[in-house]
Amino acid sequence: MEPAVKETIQKEIDRLANKDVYIHLETTNGAYASHFDESFFSSGAYIRNANLIYEHGKITGNGPFRVGLKLNFGWVYAEGITHFEVDEKERLLLAGHDFSGKLAVALLISETPFE
Amino acid sequence: MEKERHVLVFFPHPDDEAFGVSGTISLHIENGTPVTYACLTLGEMGRNMGNPPFANRETLPKIRRKELEAAANVLGIQDLRMLGYRDKTVEFEDEELLANRLGAIIGEVRPSLIITFYPGYAVHPDHDATGAAVIRAVKELPADKRPKVHCVAFSNNCEEEIGRADVVNDVSAVADRKIAAIKAHTSQTQLMAANMEESLKNQDPEVMARVYKERFWTYKF
Repeated sequence: MEPAVKETIQKEIDRLANKDVYIHLETTNGAYASHFDESFFSSGAYIRNANLIYEHGKITGNGPFRVGLKLNFGWVYAEGITHFEVDEKERLLLAGHDFSGKLAVALLISETPFE
Repeated sequence: MEKERHVLVFFPHPDDEAFGVSGTISLHIENGTPVTYACLTLGEMGRNMGNPPFANRETLPKIRRKELEAAANVLGIQDLRMLGYRDKTVEFEDEELLANRLGAIIGEVRPSLIITFYPGYAVHPDHDATGAAVIRAVKELPADKRPKVHCVAFSNNCEEEIGRADVVNDVSAVADRKIAAIKAHTSQTQLMAANMEESLKNQDPEVMARVYKERFWTYKF
C-alpha cells in the first residue's frame, strides 16, 4: 500500500460510483487491547461483501482522511484513512494504520465479491 | 517430557503455535513423535501489515499461509492442515458441527496427546472457541479412549481460577528453532522477534522464562 493520495482516491471513488459493488468495511483495535490494558474498552465491527450501489462518494480532510459514500437509502463512512492501493483486480483498498503501523480501519470497494 | 505416540495441535491462527508451544513441538519431533497441526484460520483479520505496510487486508491471508508453511517447515511438522475457517468468526460457527469436524480429525489421527487453548482462559474469542470445540469433541469419546489434553492459558485471571500450570516444559535446548518459528511469521512478528533475541542475549530473566519454559494445564474431564 502507498500513503493516501487524495486526488487519486477521489478518481477511484468516482470510477466505482453508480456501479454494483461489494464493500468490506472494518474497524478494529485488536483482540488483545483489553488484555494488555484492562482499562481499555475493546470494540470493533466488520461487514464483508455488503452489496450496494453508491450515488457518489467523497474523500475529505487533510490526512488521515475521511471517506463517505452516499447511497440512495443510506451511507457508508470510514475515518482515519492513511494508505491506499488499487490492486490487480481493480479493487480500491483503503486502510488506516495507527502510529505503530497496525491496521485500525479498512474500506475496500470491489466490483466482484471478496474471497 | 513424556514420550508420545502422536501429538495433535489445534490452534486458530498461524503464529499461535510459535509463541506458546513451538519448543514443545520441536522436542516431540526430535523424540521421533509425529506432530499434526490443524490450524483453523489464516489469520485473515490480523492487524500487523508491516510498517511501511507490505500487506493489505486481501493479501494478508496469502502471506500468512506461506508464513505458516515456513514455520511448520522450521519445526519439522510433516502434517499441516488448514481448516478454512475465517479469523474472528470461529465462535460464531455451529458448535456441534465444529466439534464434529475436529472430532473427525482426532478420530483419524488418534493422538496420545492433544495441545490446544484452555477454553475461557485464552483471551482471544477464537482461542476460547477452538479450545471449547476440542474439549467437546474429546468428551464424546469413552473415558478410557481419551487422549491427554494439554491446554495453553494466558488470561490475566487464569492462575487465580485454574491454578498454576501442571506441565512445564524446558525448551531451552531447542530455543533457536523456537525463535526461527516465531520469525517465520514475519508479517506478525518482525519487531517483536528482534527485541526478543536482544533480550535473550542480555539474559533478561523475564523474557528467558517466557521463551524457555512452556506451560500447560492438563484438562480434567
